[in-house]
Amino acid sequence: MREMTLDDLTRVIRATVGVDDSVDLSADIRDTQFTDLGYDSLAVLEVVSRLEKEFPASVPEEKISDLRTPRELIDFVNAQLHAAA
Amino acid sequence: MKTAVVTGLGVMAPNGMDTETFWSNILDGKSGINRIQRFDAPRYPVKLAGELATFDPAEHVPSRLLVETSAMSHLALVAADKAIKDAEVDPSQLPEYELGVITANATGGVEVGQRELEKLWTQGPEHVSAYMSIAWFYAATTGQLSIRHKFRGHCGVVVSEQAGGLDAIGHGRRVLRQDHRLVLVGGTESAMSPAGVVAQIPTNNLSTSDDPAAAFLPFDVRAGGYVPGEGGAILVIEDADSARERGAPRVYGEIAGYAATFDPRPGGDRPPTLEQAARLALADAGVEPGDVDVVFADAYGVPELDRAEAAAITAIFGPNGVPVTAPKTMTGRIYAGAGALDTVTALLSIRDGVIPPTVNVGTLAPGCDIDLVRERPRTAPVRTALVLGRGHGGFNSAVVVRATS
Repeated sequence: MREMTLDDLTRVIRATVGVDDSVDLSADIRDTQFTDLGYDSLAVLEVVSRLEKEFPASVPEEKISDLRTPRELIDFVNAQLHAAA
Repeated sequence: MKTAVVTGLGVMAPNGMDTETFWSNILDGKSGINRIQRFDAPRYPVKLAGELATFDPAEHVPSRLLVETSAMSHLALVAADKAIKDAEVDPSQLPEYELGVITANATGGVEVGQRELEKLWTQGPEHVSAYMSIAWFYAATTGQLSIRHKFRGHCGVVVSEQAGGLDAIGHGRRVLRQDHRLVLVGGTESAMSPAGVVAQIPTNNLSTSDDPAAAFLPFDVRAGGYVPGEGGAILVIEDADSARERGAPRVYGEIAGYAATFDPRPGGDRPPTLEQAARLALADAGVEPGDVDVVFADAYGVPELDRAEAAAITAIFGPNGVPVTAPKTMTGRIYAGAGALDTVTALLSIRDGVIPPTVNVGTLAPGCDIDLVRERPRTAPVRTALVLGRGHGGFNSAVVVRATS
């Protein structure tokens, strides 16, 4: 089973919600808060909804506001993938 | 009482995506009405529209914002950028709670709504964008302008169909008088999707002509409905004193008067109230009918509604008593965008001393005893202009703009 990577996340972010001119998504943003990258909870919801189509994971809406950084989101999704495997 | 002056204009019109291109095309009689490009129109009874055919929002709107917003808001974001630049004002240098935004909207982000509802229908709810929740609704444009430019004062939206652009200007003036320095006002509209156009068909007010030069002919004996248009305008209005304080480079004119009325129920014994709206706006401005140099008509293009408007104008000014024009024959009916665009045109008319033409209109229909400026622009000193707007469902609004001394 393929785990979700940071590259997967940034690819989906670019495709779904776009990138602020002042933000470098190709840097190591694992521990940068989504809000500092310019993404509010609605943007993260949009990204998660696209990720769920690619990876067999499910992120409850009420959980989304707890996932404040890319690392937390990736870890949450991958934990689900492992649990399902 | 504070005087509201216009210090910046931002135009997005089918026949010009900046103020000067729009204005020179209007004076040259160049129309933006053409065959609908945006969707497969031959399958629909409506064939023509005033579209912004060459506008690519991705070239002008940051990608983050692009996905959150619909076409109507893309147009407003660009128009607002132009208006702020034209006013040569840096809003970040002004107290943010003294900056407001009032826009009008009538059709919402209908193309986004249609796209996402199609996904819901064909693919399921998990495929509907989360941004559906914020992109389509009437207040989206005001909200996005407020966020983008940090205008944290009074913000609102007015929804009164084609009267809306004028109502936004009138409401913006009221807000300005309540401890505000600067307010963005106006409206933009884009209903160029099958759902957006089809929703208007039941009124039987849409033109089904496929000849761009004969499809939208207000006051003409051949009038057979209106052509839909998209676009609009955003204006910067400021308190005259604070505009002077900051050294605003241009003052296009003053928003001297405004009024709105609502028609009684159709079929009753009371008449419609456009005339009252116009009279109240003139009284608000403190001007007599004889002071008015030009009337910008709502110009529905529907015979009965044209006669009603001509009757209102004639009741105030007398038969052929004032030059009347409707340059929207070159843009189509733009709903909430129309009043804002007409107000811009009126201000440019004041600036340059010329009344733009109502293209394509020939012989006036019986009962339309108005001095309609046709074919070519008419040179005339213009100091005071009356702009009329009617919204489907009974809305009537009027704005008086005046040259500043």
